Amino acid sequence: MYGKGILKGLSVTWKRFWDTYTEDISWMLRGKKRYNTVEGVAHRSSKDTKGIFTVQYPEEQLIVPEEFRYVPFLVFDEGADGKKEVRCTSCGICAKVCPPQCIWIVRTNDPATGRPVPVPTDFFVDMDICMNCGFCAEYCPFDAIKMDHDINIASYQRNIYNLEKLMKPASYYAGIRPENYTREEEARKAKEAAKAAKAEAGAAAAA
Amino acid sequence: MENEKLSLPNYSIPEDIQNVVAVTTLDRLYNWGRRSSVWPLMFGLACCAIEMIAAQTARYDMARFGMEVMRPTPRQADMMLVSGTVTKKMLPSIIRLYNQMPEPKYVVAMGACASSGGPFKEGYNVVAGIDKFLPVDVYIPGCPPTPQALIAGLIKLQEKIDKQSIKHVTWYNKEKKDGNYVPMPILGPDLIDVRRNAEIRDVAAVKESA
Amino acid sequence: MVAPASTSTIDLVAKFPDSVTADTRPGYTGFIVNKAKLVEVATAIRDEFGYDLLTAVTGVDYLAENKMEVVYHAFKTTGGAGLTFKVQVERIDPIEVPSLIDIWPGVDFQEREAWDLYGIKFTGHPDLRRILMWEGFEGHPLRKDWKEPFFEEEAKPFKSRWPDGKHTFAENKNPFRDNLNFPANFDPEKYEVTGEEDLYLSLEKDSLKDVDGNMKTEHIVVNMGPHHPSTHGVLRVAVQLDGETIIGLKPVMGYLHRNHDKIGERNTYLQNIPYTDRLDYFNSMSNNFGYVTTVEKLMKIPVAERAEYIRVIMAELSRIQNHLIFIGMLMNDLGTMYTPSLYAFEERELVLDIFEAVSGARMMCNYFRFGGVVRDIPDFAMQKIKDLVFDRLPAKTDEMERFLNENEILVARLKGIHVLNAEDAIKYSVTGPVLRAAGVPYDLRRADPYSIYDRFDFDVAVRQNGDMMDNYLIRFDEIRQSLRILEQAIKQIPQGPINSQKAAYQVRVPAGEAYGRIESPKGELGFYVVSNGKPNPYRYHVRPASFVNLTAVESMCRGTKIADFVALLAMLDIVMGELDR
Repeated sequence: MYGKGILKGLSVTWKRFWDTYTEDISWMLRGKKRYNTVEGVAHRSSKDTKGIFTVQYPEEQLIVPEEFRYVPFLVFDEGADGKKEVRCTSCGICAKVCPPQCIWIVRTNDPATGRPVPVPTDFFVDMDICMNCGFCAEYCPFDAIKMDHDINIASYQRNIYNLEKLMKPASYYAGIRPENYTREEEARKAKEAAKAAKAEAGAAAAA
Repeated sequence: MENEKLSLPNYSIPEDIQNVVAVTTLDRLYNWGRRSSVWPLMFGLACCAIEMIAAQTARYDMARFGMEVMRPTPRQADMMLVSGTVTKKMLPSIIRLYNQMPEPKYVVAMGACASSGGPFKEGYNVVAGIDKFLPVDVYIPGCPPTPQALIAGLIKLQEKIDKQSIKHVTWYNKEKKDGNYVPMPILGPDLIDVRRNAEIRDVAAVKESA
Repeated sequence: MVAPASTSTIDLVAKFPDSVTADTRPGYTGFIVNKAKLVEVATAIRDEFGYDLLTAVTGVDYLAENKMEVVYHAFKTTGGAGLTFKVQVERIDPIEVPSLIDIWPGVDFQEREAWDLYGIKFTGHPDLRRILMWEGFEGHPLRKDWKEPFFEEEAKPFKSRWPDGKHTFAENKNPFRDNLNFPANFDPEKYEVTGEEDLYLSLEKDSLKDVDGNMKTEHIVVNMGPHHPSTHGVLRVAVQLDGETIIGLKPVMGYLHRNHDKIGERNTYLQNIPYTDRLDYFNSMSNNFGYVTTVEKLMKIPVAERAEYIRVIMAELSRIQNHLIFIGMLMNDLGTMYTPSLYAFEERELVLDIFEAVSGARMMCNYFRFGGVVRDIPDFAMQKIKDLVFDRLPAKTDEMERFLNENEILVARLKGIHVLNAEDAIKYSVTGPVLRAAGVPYDLRRADPYSIYDRFDFDVAVRQNGDMMDNYLIRFDEIRQSLRILEQAIKQIPQGPINSQKAAYQVRVPAGEAYGRIESPKGELGFYVVSNGKPNPYRYHVRPASFVNLTAVESMCRGTKIADFVALLAMLDIVMGELDR
């Protein structure tokens, strides 16, 4: 019969249409909120999602995985007196590895000796060239540059970020990437402990 | 967001007639109508276009903002989403499309390439940013911006529309009627921006013929 | 690892002792053919040695040796390693090489590309126009002595970025204050635009007689694109019509030519990985795969066992979402506004969630590294993969088939339309699902296995008619086979390190050449990389599947209706990022 295939297809659409409402009712019966909750969004991103699939940004937001990367930022540690101690030592690896070469670093030189000091005088990222590849964060040996999760950075003019605009506290970093942060902190502590032990051993040997 | 509703926020309207009564200003009515039906030009260039399509689909659903009506003809479009790398070869077509769009029109540079050439800026066939030719209203960084970032950028555009006033907008100003016309560039030995003819000639004249 | 191409077993030198020599440069393979005998040798390669599929043609500019080289990669559709042969000519204009278009018509666009970017004139090519740049553009950009307007240094990293990297715009360094370069004493006002007579004349040749052999009546040329809702990006097609019947057609491309090769030669090897993401932007995982395997071939390094499985999992997931999108987009172009594509995108989003969890980005994954991958699959992502592979995707594929396959309108639009027979498909170097739908069971995962595909049990999807319906159905077959591979890979994946190398931002690549190819969802994705031992590739060429598959379009369309042509473009599954690069 001509039209059978079309009707068969329409039955699929019809089922999909109803799924939204049957799901709504089943969530209601279970006393759970389907919309505007983390649970609801998580369910809509899972294999069991049925019916409505929309995540209503900006009211609801997708749950971003830890590894998600958008644009880079520089991590600073908060010093004792609230001073921002930027982790970057201006070693230049990120600028070298950056594929579109959008990172610009001015290294600080000690005015007295002329020798380099491990702090950047300035740091630029041309956000309108950056290709969000994450190489800078991946190859930074000091965990100083990381990829951000914040996507709401559209603006009315072009975006060239300088040191001031790039800096974000370590606590923010710990918030968006808890697992990475813990792992790196542990590695750093282990390294420092090893260094201290070595120094102690060296001192003992000298004595 | 307070501009989503037609009514001014500082008037309290009884709940039972909120659906039928609104107290508002002409500007607000005008902008509310425009911000809620920004029809994009159906126009994709590169990778970003795929994220633009994704933003139209079920998960992100730009229809919630009145932006789902992708018009393939520029005559019916309000916004040009420059979604991807603008190449020199493509540029004349883009300018023609822009000139054919009726006012009011907006340009959104989606992604790094449209904003400044992006990772391909150094390429010989790439225009270093559509803003060299068209007035860009919103820049969305990212390569490509995720659909959510795109929507965040489009909300920025809505905010911009909210700030405009019917008294000052250029498109009702008779003197500035052709204010946004962009002359067509020419594909010669390289891309010729006809607005800069004299400058190109002068620089080429002093160039060593090595 | 793939066994190195055993080209030396073929006795080409013995057959043509005067005109063929083996390429003995260290790291190089194949044969160097005398220019005068090229057509004769090529005919023998095709007819006597059985290399019926010429996949890649490209130029290499050896500036120091003052030589220009054309490299050909020929393969057998029965499988196995390929044969590389080269022609070397002195680097003095006009550089002329005989065209092989009569032997392998599939070289059409690739020879035009070599002419455009290298200025190599292929004598005997009937339509040698520029293809990626426009007619009238100054210079041949891929020549080593040609410098782009924003030229900074020969190779990255640029010295201006560090340690004294005060940000300046590239525009400030160019005398024209933009990405422009004009010849000395150029006057724009006196410039005469050449126009596109050549393009329209190339159509005219076809149209002296119409399809029935009568003399031509009134014909019109319609330009579809570059802004057209169904050309899948910025492709333009000049179509010559007799009523609604197509009598001639020329694709015009380059509207998304982003100079991938030139930028790739400035980049270091590692820096090219994220650029490959942007080739076929639906399948960044496959692109990474192709590039990384090629460079690994050059570096002669092993790949960590677990990483091999992760690579296969990602590549196959990528194939599934690509084919789902293909189905959705084909439906869009047939006029089924938008429901099927919305359903397809739903599944794609779930696959992209996995990519985002493992690599950090939805589309531009940048996930593969030389020797392995960046990071291991997190546990929750592995669970998601299992959920999708064992549970959701099989059910949703069935649902999609129920939804569409028997639809009478769809069958009427697809069945028996645009038939491509096996012989023509091979002739035009078509690869991928389009070739297999024509009845040639040629799948690189079987025909020339790379990575660990030889360990999995799966069938090469093949159909016999070569019409649009078969092309549509074969995508479902491939999704099913990919799911089979995925099931096995998930069950077999071992624990262990995910990279055989130490993480390093610069890799050492010994001098030599390598041609690596993988079965990307669109067809054969090849990379030709020449290294001279420096940190950046000397020659970096991408052989995109979409670009070469488009060669067949002209002959397929003659005599059909223009409405079906829209569907044909969808069926070839072209993607402009890869087509134009």
